[in-house]
Amino acid sequence: MTDPMVRQPYSPAGREPANLADILERVLDRGIIIAGDIRVNLLDIELLTIKLRLIIASVDTARELGIDWWEHDPWLTGKNQDLLEENRRLRDRLAVVEESLAPRQALEAEADPPRRRAREAEEPDE
Amino acid sequence: MSDVGTYLYAVALDEDAAPAEGLTGVAGEPVRAIAHAGLVAYVSAVPLSEFGEEPLRQSLEDMDWLGETARAHHRVVEAVAAKAPTAPVRLVTVYNDEAQIRALLERRRDDFVRLLSRVAGRREWGVKVYVAPSAPPPAAAEPAAHSSPGTAYLKKRQASLHTREEAWRQGVERAERIHDVLSSVAVAGHRHRPQDPQLSGREEWMVLNGAYLVDEGRAEEFGRVVEGLRGEGIDVELTGPWAPYSFTTPVDTKESEDRDARS
Repeated sequence: MTDPMVRQPYSPAGREPANLADILERVLDRGIIIAGDIRVNLLDIELLTIKLRLIIASVDTARELGIDWWEHDPWLTGKNQDLLEENRRLRDRLAVVEESLAPRQALEAEADPPRRRAREAEEPDE
Repeated sequence: MSDVGTYLYAVALDEDAAPAEGLTGVAGEPVRAIAHAGLVAYVSAVPLSEFGEEPLRQSLEDMDWLGETARAHHRVVEAVAAKAPTAPVRLVTVYNDEAQIRALLERRRDDFVRLLSRVAGRREWGVKVYVAPSAPPPAAAEPAAHSSPGTAYLKKRQASLHTREEAWRQGVERAERIHDVLSSVAVAGHRHRPQDPQLSGREEWMVLNGAYLVDEGRAEEFGRVVEGLRGEGIDVELTGPWAPYSFTTPVDTKESEDRDARS
């Protein structure tokens, strides 16, 4: 290992190239964020995608171990997450409603094919 | 509208700033220094066909592009930080033109100076701590002869889970202690999220992924403390020195919290 104690201006060329994951967590997660008149305003959604890529494997491991930091991570609990959450809740409610209607619809479907088609049209949304 | 943007890498104090000559930035473009208001901004031209908001949506999904761009960004930041106190700017911060960057340096001068004085004469070091996922299960976990195969399996599984949980719990506790020790030598500490084995390339659990801002005069002492942490079932990795990426985000520093609390 390179001796970290060497007191000389550090020379990037003389060291092993830094690990990409180490670089990414610094250049994406840290560093000054300047709001205002920047030309390209990276919205949460783009960084979120990358972050998800990076951590996606971690999530399963962490969940297995009962760690849930991502539920409190501001990146993952922004507005977008609220919408996803609301979407999920609505789908759950819809599923309950559909379930309670299902027996009746099944009966009606035999007598009334158009209604059944309407229900099928919703399914790709699942 | 121009089809070229100005990509900003870092801001440093003008006094002993590194020359931009010879530095190559993202998209293979040469880096320029814009000196203004006692500060220097390091920039390069970028094609908006690649660094505009829409193309970036696609590019950022491409891990090869992202890796290459991140490394190019990092190379510039490192070269600049080797010479002068430097505030790295987040990846893909793109302006319309230089005039906007001059205006930024003027408007945020005090913030930059405060940040840069905080990191002057200091270096960031990365410390990762790994623990082995689990010790061999204790002999008591052997299933009793009379239990059914199903019960035996469940018991074994339970014992194995218990061992893993215990190993994890101990690892996390050690990480807490280590972070405290390192923070006491450092000026400031920040914990990055531990990396998954897929990222770290190691099978062991990473229980600490810390960054520490250390006075140059105490680098040796810090290195010794890190060396002293290696031991039974525990491995420690030291990286750096880094440009002070982890300590130029105002929202995360103790000082800014204090300042916010007071204001």
